[in-house]
Formats: sequence, structure tokens, C-alpha cells
Amino acid sequence: MPQVTLTVNGKQHTVEVENRTLLVEVLREKLALTGTHVGCDTSQCGACVVHVDGVSAKSCTMLAVQAAGTSVLTIEGLAAADGTLHPMQEMFREHHALQCGFCTPGMVMSAIDLVNNHPAGLTEQEIRDGLEGNLCRCTGYHNIVKAIAAAHPLMHAKA
Amino acid sequence: MYDFAYQKPASLADAVKALGADSEAKALAGGMTYIPVLKQRLAKPSTIVDLSGLGLTGITVTGGTVTIGAMTTHVAVANSAAVKAAIPALAALAGGIGDEAVRHRGTIGGSIANNDPAADYPAAALALGATIKTDRRSIKADDFFTGLFSTALEQGEIVTAVEFPVAAKAAYEKFRNPASRYAIVGVFVAQTSAGARVAVTGAGQGGVFRHTAMEAALAGNFSAAAIKGVTTSPADLNGDIHASSEYRAHLVGVIAGRAVAKAG
Repeated sequence: MPQVTLTVNGKQHTVEVENRTLLVEVLREKLALTGTHVGCDTSQCGACVVHVDGVSAKSCTMLAVQAAGTSVLTIEGLAAADGTLHPMQEMFREHHALQCGFCTPGMVMSAIDLVNNHPAGLTEQEIRDGLEGNLCRCTGYHNIVKAIAAAHPLMHAKA
Repeated sequence: MYDFAYQKPASLADAVKALGADSEAKALAGGMTYIPVLKQRLAKPSTIVDLSGLGLTGITVTGGTVTIGAMTTHVAVANSAAVKAAIPALAALAGGIGDEAVRHRGTIGGSIANNDPAADYPAAALALGATIKTDRRSIKADDFFTGLFSTALEQGEIVTAVEFPVAAKAAYEKFRNPASRYAIVGVFVAQTSAGARVAVTGAGQGGVFRHTAMEAALAGNFSAAAIKGVTTSPADLNGDIHASSEYRAHLVGVIAGRAVAKAG
């Protein structure tokens, strides 16, 4: 059986996979990192978004073998060791940017990618456009947009 | 998904060999279309040949030509200062494909080789008169797109780059399906050294096509007014639950007008 070595949240893992195994299956079923969700399984909903080598990717639409040698960041890797939340997580909490919470891990990962790529600032429209690949079935977008706008200065102040 | 063998060759020659040796082997670029196809068991390749180790990435602008490596992602094209300066419409098109996470993985070579009837890049390639470079030859865009999901590529032939001549004016507009966000109709217009060219995606039963009546109307007067009366026959257009062929025919005129106005 093929083996894949990849770094997840800073820790290197070698896992046995089939060639057809998806990255999200490795994360959830081999590494027990169940924060990354599978919503639609058709690359539409964004619940499975993680960062691969620093940029957002839909882990349900990537083979584990394609992730060999990469560094993957999941929702579990955001908070500091002492439990201090990432500014984006903190602002999602502060602004109550979730209802059922199912889409939240993917929303947070996409939101961090969006803020990383727009150091100069983000308009409300840019935030809404940037969330094109993430669906919230509760339609709770308004507070998500507020949380991302609030996290932007915190993330870039820290950098 | 059916299981398959997996190879990630380190050279173009090895990739061509792997694909040539087995007619059931398939090349994988970014996988943004092909992995969903595999997941639905619509394809059963014997071997997946991953092209990501071949170094086919990068953008160069020399003279009047923008050359984009086949494995260059949509984000790289959208954010490229060189592309924005040379053919801003092309950068804008790349930035409007799918969503950001998809744009981080999806590639120009994959989009062109797949020739989805609603894909964006085929419209740009056809309207700008691009040349598709492969491991063995150069193919003009006019000869490359041969029908629905089909191209002039031979079994095992690998797209290595796409060369776009810089156009005097160019713009792309699309009318998106409100749910899927795919183009119901997309029109790329360009004022090129070979005259005005208009390519339509999303609408044709045979995939992307050139709108010769609009090109003729734009020849002497590159303006939205020049194509105002030019109609499109619904006979060869798609009709489905999202839009009838008559509605698509109407949209081609509207969207082409917007594209020409945008090109300025």
C-alpha cells in the first residue's frame, strides 16, 4: 500500500493510503482531525477547506498522494499551545459568526487565506466575493463578514 | 472512486512515455474537474499520471506574447503583474474562475485540455488567437477546440504552455448561473492584429465557438453599437433547465455588447 509523508499542523506523519484516498479522509480518518468537515463532497461547499503549503484548498478534491511532502494546516492547528485562539477564531466568537457551526472550520480557513492575501485591507464586497467557495446553510453570512472585517486589523497588526 | 495506479514523473519525457504506454492512463493537472469526475465513477483510469512534478509553471512576457506554463494556477495568472499589464482581461478572467480555493489548484493547461463547454479559458484562447504548445507540436486555438470536452490532443499528448498574442483591446464578460456560478454565456472579445475576434463559451452545443457575424460587424467599428443588431441563431445552442437556447441566444448579444463596451 502506498505511503504518504506530510506535515499536518507542524507535525510530520507517514500514513498508509490507497491512491484514491482523499486528503480529507487522511485528516479525518487516519489522523482523527475531525474539525475539517465534509459537506457536499463535490467541491462546492468549502466545509473541507484547509491550507496546503500556505494557501486554501478543498481537501475533498485533492488526493492524499498529491499532498505528499506538503505542509497542511487545519482548524486544529490555529490556536496557540496554551489555547489562545487565533484572531480569526476569536472574532468569529466575538461576533457570533456561526449558527449550527458546520461550515465554520472551512469558513475560518478561507477567511484567514483571504485576509493573508489582502494586507492592505478588505471591503465588505471583497469579503463577500472571497467567500464564494464557502456555503453556510444557515445563511449566517452577515456576522461572518463582520468577524472577518474585525479580524483583519488584528491579523496584520500581529504580523 | 475506483482505485488506480499513481505516478508522478519528474520529466516531460517520462510523463509522455507513461501516458503513451497505456491507453487507459490519464494525465492529472490540478484535478479540479478530474477528481470530481473520478469521485462520481464517471471515469476508470488504470493509472493517474500527475503532471505537477514537470516544472510546467511560470509566466513570461516577451515582445507581444504572454506565455503561460500549462501547470500555472488560476491564482498565479490572476495575480501576475506581467499578465495584468499585457492582457488585463486574461488576468481578470483567471480571477473569476470557480472560487479562491479552486483557483489555488486549477490550472490553465487542465482547463484547456478538458474543454468543458462552460469553461472560461477556452474563450480567451480562441478570441486572442492563442497557440497551444504540447510535448510534440504547436496547435492554433482555432484548430484545438474540436467539440464538447474534445480537443485536437492525441492520446498521451501533454499541453506544456499556452501562448497568447497581446491584443490592442480585450475583455471578457460572463453571465453566471446563480447557483453553480458557471457561465450560462461567456463572451471574450479582442481587437487583434488579425482583426476583431469574438469567442462564446457556455452556450454552444459543441463547446466554445467564434461568432463570425459579430467579428464582421466589429471589423470596421469596434464598439457595442456595431453589434447591437447582430443576432445569434439558437439552433446550435444549449437549452436546459437553467436557460433555453433562445434565452442563451439573446444573452450572447447582451453579454457580447457588455464585453465590447468594457474593452473600450
